[in-house]
Amino acid sequence: MSTIAEKPVAAASAQKFGSSATQKLLAFGSLVVMLIIFSLATPNFFRVDNMISIMLSTAVAGVLGIGVTFVIITGGIDLSIGTLMTFCAVITGVFITNWHFPVLIGVLAGLLTGSLIGCCSGVLVSKLKLPPFIVTLGMMLIVKGLSLVISGTKPIYFVDTESFNLIAMGTMLDLSAIIPDFAIPNAVLIFFGVAAIAGFILNKTVLGRYTFAMGSNEEAVRLSGVNVDAWKIGIYTLSGAIVGVAGILIASRLNSAQPALGQGYELDAIAAAVIGGVSLSGGEGTILGTVIGAFIMSVLINGLRILNVPQEWQTVVTGLIVIFAVYTDNLRRRKG
Amino acid sequence: MLSEQLLRMEGINKSFPGVNALKDVRFEARAGEVHALLGENGAGKSTLMKILAGVYSKDTGRIIYKGKEINLPNPRAAQHLGIGIIHQELNLAQHLTAAQNIFIGREPRSLLGLMLDEKQMNEDAKKLFAMLRLDLDPRTRVMDLVVAKQQMIEIAKALSFNSGLLIMDEPTAALNDKETEELFRIIRHLKDGGVGIIYISHRMDEIKKIADRITVMRDGAWIDTVNAADVEMDQIINMMVGRKLDEMSRAPGVTGSDEVVLSVRNLNRGGFIKDACFEVHRGEILGFAGLMGAGRTEVARAVFGADRVDSGEIFICGKKVRIRQPRDAVKHGVGYLSEDRKRFGLALGMDVEANIALASMEKFLGFGGVVNRKATRKTGAQFVESLAIKTPSLAQKVRFLSGGNQQKVIIAKWIVRNSNILFFDEPTRGIDVGAKFEVYKLLNRLAAEGKTVIMISSEMLEVIRLCTRVLVMCEGRITGELSGDEITQENILRLATLREAN
Repeated sequence: MSTIAEKPVAAASAQKFGSSATQKLLAFGSLVVMLIIFSLATPNFFRVDNMISIMLSTAVAGVLGIGVTFVIITGGIDLSIGTLMTFCAVITGVFITNWHFPVLIGVLAGLLTGSLIGCCSGVLVSKLKLPPFIVTLGMMLIVKGLSLVISGTKPIYFVDTESFNLIAMGTMLDLSAIIPDFAIPNAVLIFFGVAAIAGFILNKTVLGRYTFAMGSNEEAVRLSGVNVDAWKIGIYTLSGAIVGVAGILIASRLNSAQPALGQGYELDAIAAAVIGGVSLSGGEGTILGTVIGAFIMSVLINGLRILNVPQEWQTVVTGLIVIFAVYTDNLRRRKG
Repeated sequence: MLSEQLLRMEGINKSFPGVNALKDVRFEARAGEVHALLGENGAGKSTLMKILAGVYSKDTGRIIYKGKEINLPNPRAAQHLGIGIIHQELNLAQHLTAAQNIFIGREPRSLLGLMLDEKQMNEDAKKLFAMLRLDLDPRTRVMDLVVAKQQMIEIAKALSFNSGLLIMDEPTAALNDKETEELFRIIRHLKDGGVGIIYISHRMDEIKKIADRITVMRDGAWIDTVNAADVEMDQIINMMVGRKLDEMSRAPGVTGSDEVVLSVRNLNRGGFIKDACFEVHRGEILGFAGLMGAGRTEVARAVFGADRVDSGEIFICGKKVRIRQPRDAVKHGVGYLSEDRKRFGLALGMDVEANIALASMEKFLGFGGVVNRKATRKTGAQFVESLAIKTPSLAQKVRFLSGGNQQKVIIAKWIVRNSNILFFDEPTRGIDVGAKFEVYKLLNRLAAEGKTVIMISSEMLEVIRLCTRVLVMCEGRITGELSGDEITQENILRLATLREAN
């Protein structure tokens, strides 16, 4: 009998407030609480240089998180973002250091690489109807391998181009005049810029609307006459481009492309999104939430490090936080 | 008053793998009329309408709309021509707002088409709601609305295409009386505006109220088109059912004993089950009849412990039992054979032998927890023979068996498990006619052997043929009990549409 017909009944009785908004509030609250606790626990925490260090370490994972947020809201997942980030960095390195192209061309090549790989994943997911998990798992390994092949398994250093390092580590917003040593690195500014643009796309444009709509009820969108496949490919492409930005950031920060790096970053990024209220079943999520989620992760790691908690235990705590975040999310859903 | 012809479909054929869904069907509709399309479940109504909406493509046939032959390769083509459909299942994105759902795929834009013009969209939606005299904020998220309001959004969406023809596939399935009245008001309003409406429903009382003409379909074929005012509902039902009752030879009655093995009292679960009470005897085949969504599956699932209930008592062989999860039910000898065999009933990738033993592994464990293959093979072979399961070998993967034989494997599984009370949910859905009769024979045999069979079926003929006693449900309530000669299609339909007076 029609279990289909019952679904709307259950959904209609769901809670009044968008659960994404509650999760965001909860996440923001936890962030503030964490900041207070760590500040009280040690005077070394709430210091200008440490705050800048936190922001800097959030930037890369945050940008990755923003990229994957789009895909997760469609109801998909992208496991390739970590190694794709590295692949973009390697391509940029090859262009700039090996082939002596101008920095700008190298950066564009990196972004293009990200978009292209994202586009490929999108095509495989939408046209061949393969599960995103499998497609991006395969893509993760493919680009990881390609990074090693192209770089000859050795790091590529940006030795001749000082300006490349400034992309992330230079500063266009030096507030030292107001607060001593408070110079915000460009990486952080780029992170916020990407967040602002992504937020705009997600909330104000057609692409964003279809991102939510597909995650909410793909069949409804298809029956409305929307070219679902094309839009989905577009979303994966955009996500890939954002991953490209993360690739440039990490290469610039390390002043080198490290081909062995990258794996594991995708899980931190997905964790950030989930902590920030992006629903793994699709249809819900915000960029601001993901940004807050990314900050929670790095504040936690940073605070524990300052408190001299061994790194092994930091990892354990991060795992617990992720499970707890998803659990609270589930709890609210069931209550509805 | 004879208004102009709006739509003519002729010679429509459509087949799906294994099913000839539509056979040379014709249909026509006029502007400003409500044309009811009737037929039993599976008669082909929804398929025909999905062709008209561009969801399915026809194999052969012509569709003439407003005097021109048209092609409908996709939903968008139908929308452009002004053919709107409200599907049986609601097709809304729950996370989006009412307005966002209405304008999905053609959102008003600003800033060179890059940005969404949310303000414009909400205004347009508001105008639409005003036209329907619907009190609703376009910015409400769909998930926060009751089903009736969601239905109205679907209607508003269909109308926003300036539809000249509107198809409604069971629009009142989820509505109560008051909401249905509201829908009828809107339908009349549209009708006065010259919109042609095709109305699919199982509810005879509604058809009488709203329809101008009626077309009946049966087994994928067109039967007749009549003026609603000229016919009695009984005639319509006869047309829907087709075969005369005496063609249906009833199986030699398995009547069951007097011993009550299962007794359910005052079962309640939200809006799905309302105060259900019934008893079943040993060796009986009890039928549960009713329309889609009447609550039959819900009752079975509740007794089986698959869903939480609000209240109710269950007695097995006179003893009160607490069933909170399927495991408890199985322990008490209750089995449930889901309507969706592939999803819930079988491990498709495993072989016949493994599937039969799957629910009772502890019986087949040898020393150190190793599965005793000799025993499972013996049991498997025994059931393949006694139930006449057609399979090349015990090692055949269940995936490759026909629907009827898959059903037999599940039955074997539950018998091995010592289940004495068996719920069969649509046991013959999706299996061919020959296999159906084998399943009927098997059910009769189970009952004769002293098992208790409770069969949920939407095919009335099947219920009439097999059951000695039938409970009919409507909207979560058991509306009546029929036994012996009272079990007729007319009586079942009457009880199945007996809605609670408000």
